[in-house]
Amino acid sequence: MSDPPPTPLLTLRGIGKSFLGVRVLDGVDLDVAPGEVHAVVGENGAGKSTLMKIVSGGYAPDGGTVEFAGARRTFRGPRDAQRAGIGIIHQEFNLLPERTVAENVYLGHEPVRRGLVDRRGMLDRTTRLLASVGETTLPADARVGQLGVAQQQVVEIAKALALDARLLIMDEPTAALADHEVELLYGLVRRLQERGIGLLYVSHRLAEVFDLSGRITVLKDGRRVTTVDTADTTADELVRHMVGRELSSYYPDRAAPEDRGPVRLNLRDAGNRKLRDVNLQLRAGEVLGIGGLQGSGRSALARAIFGVSPFTTGDVTLDDRPVRLRSPRTAMRAGIAYVTEDRKGEGIVPRQSVLDNALLASRAVFAARSGRAARTTRVRELLAAVEIRGAGDDQEIRFLSGGNQQKVVLARWLALNPRILLFDEPTRGIDVGAKSAIHDLVRRLARDGAAVLMISSDLPELLGMSDRIVVMRDGHVAGELPAGATEEEVVALAVGTVREPAQ
Amino acid sequence: MSALSLLPARRSVPGVFVALTLTLTIGWLVVLLDGGQLFNQSTTVSLLHVAAGLGLVAVGQTLVILGGSLDLSVAYVISLSTLVAAETMNGSDGAVLPAIGLVLVVSAGVGLLNGLLVTRFRVNAFIATLGVGLLLKGYLDNGYDGPAGTTAPSLVHALGYQRIGPLPVSFLLLIAVTAAAWFALSRTRFGHHLVAVGGDPEVARLSGVRNDRVLVTAHVLCSMCAGLAGIYLASRLGSGAPRVGTEGLYDLESIAAVVIGGTALAGGRGGVIGTVGGVLLLASIDAIFNQLEVDAFFKQVIRGVIIIAAVAVYARRAMRKAA
Repeated sequence: MSDPPPTPLLTLRGIGKSFLGVRVLDGVDLDVAPGEVHAVVGENGAGKSTLMKIVSGGYAPDGGTVEFAGARRTFRGPRDAQRAGIGIIHQEFNLLPERTVAENVYLGHEPVRRGLVDRRGMLDRTTRLLASVGETTLPADARVGQLGVAQQQVVEIAKALALDARLLIMDEPTAALADHEVELLYGLVRRLQERGIGLLYVSHRLAEVFDLSGRITVLKDGRRVTTVDTADTTADELVRHMVGRELSSYYPDRAAPEDRGPVRLNLRDAGNRKLRDVNLQLRAGEVLGIGGLQGSGRSALARAIFGVSPFTTGDVTLDDRPVRLRSPRTAMRAGIAYVTEDRKGEGIVPRQSVLDNALLASRAVFAARSGRAARTTRVRELLAAVEIRGAGDDQEIRFLSGGNQQKVVLARWLALNPRILLFDEPTRGIDVGAKSAIHDLVRRLARDGAAVLMISSDLPELLGMSDRIVVMRDGHVAGELPAGATEEEVVALAVGTVREPAQ
Repeated sequence: MSALSLLPARRSVPGVFVALTLTLTIGWLVVLLDGGQLFNQSTTVSLLHVAAGLGLVAVGQTLVILGGSLDLSVAYVISLSTLVAAETMNGSDGAVLPAIGLVLVVSAGVGLLNGLLVTRFRVNAFIATLGVGLLLKGYLDNGYDGPAGTTAPSLVHALGYQRIGPLPVSFLLLIAVTAAAWFALSRTRFGHHLVAVGGDPEVARLSGVRNDRVLVTAHVLCSMCAGLAGIYLASRLGSGAPRVGTEGLYDLESIAAVVIGGTALAGGRGGVIGTVGGVLLLASIDAIFNQLEVDAFFKQVIRGVIIIAAVAVYARRAMRKAA
């Protein structure tokens, strides 16, 4: 832990926050000096976003104090924090594509002369603001929708500066940028620093963190692990701080070598807008874990296989036959099932009954002539087999617990006898008991000969369940790890501190 | 960063005026072949009268649609306004100003109700304004069987029939209201905020815009525009007419004119100039078909086709822009 520079701009002391009894942040200290770039790193779910939302007024902390510019503050909302001088640049821009740069920059506080919006003044001031961050080619009267992502980011920054922001929070600012645009962002960050603006820089990408920041704070499980001077640390050390938890819970036995069957699904140089050159083999009888950070292409991979946003390049073979999975319907007919990450939004129809939800896929894809009664009977059996507790088949599914809802979703897919199952965060938001039931079920499916691909952000789960782990980064496969890999190895591949093994 | 493809914001003529010119040219030729004359004094004047009535409503409608809302109660507000105007005047020239004032107050009240339902009570705009419209319908159906009241002769003369050259005074009123609305949209904070609320309510809110207040104001202005249209119709008809708004289909036609004029139904993009173009287009089609004595049903079919085509064209453009 290093000494904080004198007169910090922002001081957080003992910040805590719980959601529904789950402690998301616990006693976090952090400070940012004027002109400092302070990076915040951590795994998915370490509490970075929550912390940033507290600083920018999105959430009120349960405990601890926020001091900004020498005074204790309690922000009533994002607007309040903005007025105080704290700007936040989200991954998703808060801009109106149909309006001009100037109109966006001054939205909500347009300069007024004699009661009317001073358009000329607005354009001039915007041009000056843009020039002050080194952007001289961007016309203030261009429509924002016409601009590239990098330029929109500049507009966002100008918008924050127009409100005299003295602290800027950048949440994964390079996630949407192309490589050459990242350099421009670096320049921008330096100019902001020269103006004495403090920056909180949240990023998964350690390379950037090392390039830009003066200090780094590592969060893990809602606590601050350490704060270090960037010059005094290494990427390996950071990764060690980010992970490191005991593998305590029980996981079902892995597949024995003889259980592994032939290659079911084979991707060769497959890609689309979010994925490139993915090479992957999925075998019958195994659970293939997919690791990586959010936005690394894990879900995009599952969605491409399931035909939601299909592959546009490369070859896909299913049981050695080339296939084109153009839509979820074709994928389902080919024997692929997809348990989505967004259960509430994509997994269930909340106001329909348990039975209707379980029957959804079979009804949609297969003709009724196979016998409605037989189908219903089979689904009822499956529902019994997955052990849904405390609910009748006719109950609306929204009244069930998350774990039971997920079991219904599973029953839906099992009714199709899938040969390939894609699980995207199968146990997110599910209580511990239901979790291990789902783990057992997943393993049983693999043992019965299905090929299972499981995406998980929960590292112990990923390590405990998988027979192999493929780690994604930036839309491609960063590397593959055998069973028994460590959390460090997964995270190192995910954030890109180690050289990728040649493919 | 490159200046590549960075044109200043588009300030070009909305596509609807191209369509309008085409329609008028083709219409003129067809009518000519038919042995008629599209642009004689009387047809032009009646076209502009039709446009004035619909235009006043549609300009108001543009404001709420830009803000991401909608007003289905305008037709009833119009009917109510004709009655309020005619009955207050009761044939007396001295009562013109109080009558106009009362109409504006009453219509503003309806707009306020619409606005509060949409913002405070979070009722979907479609349902809220439809409900308020039905409320007014109940009042009108219950109280009136036919025309009532008498519009002051001076107003009938001035607003209903007087012209300056080929331009009816009512059309000049439309131009004035349009200019005011255009000015409000481009040069006042209210206008900027309204477009922002329609474009993305969350972005507007986070930028410090008071969304509710802006949207309520838009609803009040929209209803007042409908009130003005009612005053105009009262001066045209000489009395209050309890069904003139619905029979003239002012609710759906005004929305159609807004959409044809290039304003996005979801809000956040468009403007009143395009709406006036849309109004003129609809009025021209009317005029052409009247000249050709086309069957009324067929006329509706053609209008339907035009509305769908317009929306499809805008959708395609939006898609290309996004790509």
